[in-house]
Amino acid sequence: MKKNKLQILTNGIIKENPVLVLMLGTCPTLATTTSAINGLGMGVAATAVLVFSNMIISMLKSVIPDKVRIPCYIVVIAGLVTVVQMFVQAYAPDLYTALGVFLPLIVVNCIILGRAEMFASKNSVVDSALDGIGMGLGFTLALFMMGAIRELLGAGTIFGAPVLGTPISIFGVAPGGFFVFGCLVALVNKITKGKAIKKKEFSCAGCPAASICGQAQKGEC
Amino acid sequence: MKEMMIILFSAILVDNFVLSKFMGICPFLGVSKKLDSAVGMSAAVIFVMLMATAVTWPIYDMLLAPNNLAYLQTVVFILVIASLVQLVEVILKKYVPALHKSLGVYLPLITTNCAVLGVTVLNITEQYNFTESMVNALGAGIGFMLAMVLFAGVRQRLENIDAPECFQGLPITLIAASIVSASFIGFGGVVDGLFR
Repeated sequence: MKKNKLQILTNGIIKENPVLVLMLGTCPTLATTTSAINGLGMGVAATAVLVFSNMIISMLKSVIPDKVRIPCYIVVIAGLVTVVQMFVQAYAPDLYTALGVFLPLIVVNCIILGRAEMFASKNSVVDSALDGIGMGLGFTLALFMMGAIRELLGAGTIFGAPVLGTPISIFGVAPGGFFVFGCLVALVNKITKGKAIKKKEFSCAGCPAASICGQAQKGEC
Repeated sequence: MKEMMIILFSAILVDNFVLSKFMGICPFLGVSKKLDSAVGMSAAVIFVMLMATAVTWPIYDMLLAPNNLAYLQTVVFILVIASLVQLVEVILKKYVPALHKSLGVYLPLITTNCAVLGVTVLNITEQYNFTESMVNALGAGIGFMLAMVLFAGVRQRLENIDAPECFQGLPITLIAASIVSASFIGFGGVVDGLFR
């Protein structure tokens, strides 16, 4: 089943949205979406890493021995994350402070390792780059939506401009993150009539470590 | 001693890694269906967090920082943690098969757990010394276990709940997590009240 280029690109944005459908990268989704601009920044940073890691891993796919592929992917991703971290620190110091520890934690973001394992190691460089852009846009879109909703309800602002009179501050802190995410997933469920998530539940099936994790094969976790 | 207690209890209750810092959400949602697997997973996390901190802190302090290589932190830490987890798994398999049976299955999952990398990076950014880092890692691990065990109990109740169709499965679980997390906000002043 050969997909055309446009399908590869749009696949990650809607049909297989990494956050709302595949349930990957939940930690940054919840933690960095206290405002729309932070969500957007996190999304763009992760997209940059994803596109380049997909391209590099696709180029190296015939060189990397199968047995040590996961450590090799991690080294490539960690190197790219360091570069992105330096860029953000130099050109967007406010964002650097806001994202804090979650910037280096892009290394362990399941989306990036997952796409390396599931897509880039099997496809051409151009297709991998397109997949990276699509998945990255899907991730950014989801984070931006989460951030905008939480900023509007939690601080009463949109991009810092005041809109609502009395904000509900709990949406800006941890419980609000879980709540908004839960509602968004329910919304996606409703729109897709449960097709998107039901079939996979949300176990380790989407987790990149599933292939090496015995627990997932037994279907226990 | 007082400072240590403050760090420990802040990490467990106030800044709970899962419920207020959002680290390790994947295992929190994925492995909390049964109580025994939740306990096994969190025991493995506590173990790896302590090991990772014990190794990465000296590496940063003695190798990276003095040689102006602090920017290599991310690359070095993830590699050290990944190889450490592999090593521990091999050693446990060979010498302590009983422990390997109960903890081993969770070990490969922990390499890509952001809570482990997170605690080692945070120890550096917070400028903790070695003892403080170890205490912080212990607190983070215990906090992870507390959240997992509490939530495993909540999940068992969720099994029988009659939720609207689109909320079944993950969404209602997230709403429940939101309420558990809201209850942890209540611990806000506890540490100040107890130790200061």
